Amino acid sequence: MPDKTILSAKDLDFFYGPAQALRHITANIPANQVTAFIGPSGCGKSTFLRTINRMNDLIPIARVTGSLTFHGRDIYAPGVDVTALRRQIGMVFQKPNPFPMSVYDNVAYGPRTHGTCDRAKLDAIVEDSLRAAAIWDEVKDRLKKSALSLSGGQQQRVCIARALAVRPEVLLMDEATSALDPISTAKIEDLILELRERFTIIMVTHNMQQAARISDKTAFFLMGELIEYTATERLFSMPRDKRTEDYITGRFG
Amino acid sequence: MARMRWPSPRRGLFNAVLRLLLWLSAALTGGLLVAIVCYVCYRGLPGLSWQFLSSAESILQGTAGILPSIFNTLYVIILSLLIVLPLGVGAAVYLTEYARSRRLTAMIEFAAETLAGIPSMIYALVGVILFCTALGLQKTLLAGSLTLAIMTLPTIVRATQESLKTVPKAYREGALGLGAGKWRMIRTVVLPSSVDGIVTGCILAAGRVVGETAVLMYTAGLSTAMQDFSTIQGLMKASGSTLTVALYVYAKERADFAAAFSVATVLLFLTVLINLAASLAGKCLRRG
Repeated sequence: MPDKTILSAKDLDFFYGPAQALRHITANIPANQVTAFIGPSGCGKSTFLRTINRMNDLIPIARVTGSLTFHGRDIYAPGVDVTALRRQIGMVFQKPNPFPMSVYDNVAYGPRTHGTCDRAKLDAIVEDSLRAAAIWDEVKDRLKKSALSLSGGQQQRVCIARALAVRPEVLLMDEATSALDPISTAKIEDLILELRERFTIIMVTHNMQQAARISDKTAFFLMGELIEYTATERLFSMPRDKRTEDYITGRFG
Repeated sequence: MARMRWPSPRRGLFNAVLRLLLWLSAALTGGLLVAIVCYVCYRGLPGLSWQFLSSAESILQGTAGILPSIFNTLYVIILSLLIVLPLGVGAAVYLTEYARSRRLTAMIEFAAETLAGIPSMIYALVGVILFCTALGLQKTLLAGSLTLAIMTLPTIVRATQESLKTVPKAYREGALGLGAGKWRMIRTVVLPSSVDGIVTGCILAAGRVVGETAVLMYTAGLSTAMQDFSTIQGLMKASGSTLTVALYVYAKERADFAAAFSVATVLLFLTVLINLAASLAGKCLRRG
């Protein structure tokens, strides 16, 4: 079965001022699969992830050239509604960042932002999202408590629920487990495997084992270039490029 | 093995003297505050009576009373905060979140700093010319509050800016990542996280308002009679002395020092009350 492409980058260049952080990235990302970006620090994997939902717009000196399309439409075309784009392409950050409000208000934040005020509807969305993020049972009795009172792993799953609550198509995860303990990490990895059926997941990870465990495709970045991008199994068993091989066998990075 | 070194007697003496000096400065700081509070209370408390607190001054009966001044003070605090808060918070949000030009921001911040350092007498003159005369407000508490609002504006702007800057980037990114627009992010995530700093600014501003004499003498009047706070027109036209101005009036014009010290005692309690109320409000807002 051929993969259905949801995101497609072609000759994408990215600059922080004069410094080029991404060079000629060309890649098609398939829908309803888990794609992992790996590579050493500063290789551009996070930068690429953040170009997908235009989080880099916050940096005044950032500049993008080339094309990046979502369902065939250019993300960087003039007149693109960035808020609508970010609603379709959600993001989970490296460190859990729940807002200093109740668990309920955290998850309801997105729907409220996009105009859902009906109490019953919000209740349903909050419950669905928390269930989808596998945290409902742990927080159902403390929805009104501050999200900051939860453990780090729970906070991160609330953040995932918060991202899911706006019903995105794509979920970007920027090293979403790197600040968590192994048990929480395992929970979130299981969760990712479940979410794959309904969402397209793109994750940046420092942890090669993690990429090997849960991703369908893996992209290896080095110094702003996309060195190799193929099925995860293949990339880890018979890399085509010498540099990929060196990295996955731990010779640098 | 390192040789043990005992401090020389001279160094020991030096340490002892230094410690004594430091202790003295700390004791003096605390002691001065206690001494002032005690002295004011000692002189002022005997004159404090229900009649003093709950009535206006009566020249016929020869009794002093500060109820009008208490009302005037509260009115001026509330009114000037109501005017300065939206202005100051708005300016701070613009400067910290929206302004693109570094030079413009720096200039406005410099202007605010300078405003903060100007002697209050100059504000008084500006208030008289601008609000009392040019805008025709005459000597009213409204004109006084407007002048005080300008005077406390830098305090509110500074305090708000400082606390906006401490809001973690992660909160902002979290909100933007969910598709929130900039203003929604500021209103729902950034400002609620900055309430602490804004409340601190309000305490400082209220403190300046309570302590201000010069501005109010020139812009709000010296009357110790009861004002009409029940109608809009009454609120607009109310004119009179706040507690600090009343203190001046009693001490300087009536030479009634007993009454003056009683007013001072009330002012001390009011200051403590404002601080307590503000910190309570901050706690409630943070929880909600």
